[in-house]
Amino acid sequence: MNVALKSIVEQRDFVVSSSSLKEVRSFSREVFEKVNIEQDLKDELVLAIAEAAQNIVKHAYQGEDTDDKMEIKISLEQGHLEIGFFDKGRPVDEKNVRHRKIDDIKPGGLGTFFIQQIMDAVVFKEGEKPWINHLVLTKNLNS
Amino acid sequence: MSYKVNEEGNVATVHLDGEIDMDVTEKAKEVIMPLIEAKKEVHLNLKEVQYMDSSGISVLIESHQKATELGTKVILKEISKSVLKVIMMAKLEQILNLD
Repeated sequence: MNVALKSIVEQRDFVVSSSSLKEVRSFSREVFEKVNIEQDLKDELVLAIAEAAQNIVKHAYQGEDTDDKMEIKISLEQGHLEIGFFDKGRPVDEKNVRHRKIDDIKPGGLGTFFIQQIMDAVVFKEGEKPWINHLVLTKNLNS
Repeated sequence: MSYKVNEEGNVATVHLDGEIDMDVTEKAKEVIMPLIEAKKEVHLNLKEVQYMDSSGISVLIESHQKATELGTKVILKEISKSVLKVIMMAKLEQILNLD
């Protein structure tokens, strides 16, 4: 039986740092606790969000120390999940964002692969001021 | 993340505990790599690891490759359900030594 999924819009700012990733996961878990979906799917969504946040730390800021914040916004409307990531790091060129070939076994390059495996769509947008980058992950939770 | 290491003969067992993400991968490598470099057979017990992301998977790959290069091995023991899921998502279940 399909149970209607409630509407949710929650957002939070995090310092752009690897030490914030735990906080990012806690925030995501808190939000998905309110959603009537399987625990496995919740865990996958938390992983996708944490990987995207990690990419901001690693790539948009190249691991530099900063006081900048990134914003994560989770919206759910009629079963359509949209997760927005906003940052003020270096502009991300979508052409340069690709995961390594999965059969080329080496450390690194798996985060983007995980995100693509978990989500239905990954879209890079130019951020509206004050943001530089705006990444949008979407997934239909009705299916 | 916390850890405990037991050594018996040429086998070093590393019990990892907690969540393994980008923030703790250096710490994990500092524990595991010297054991591999000492040519120990390293058993990584992942029973108490509740979360692992791509950074943690990179540590597993790097450890496995270093061990192979030095003629020893890393065996993953008592892998938690959540870690196994990520290993399988990365299609590494045939590459890494899973026990």
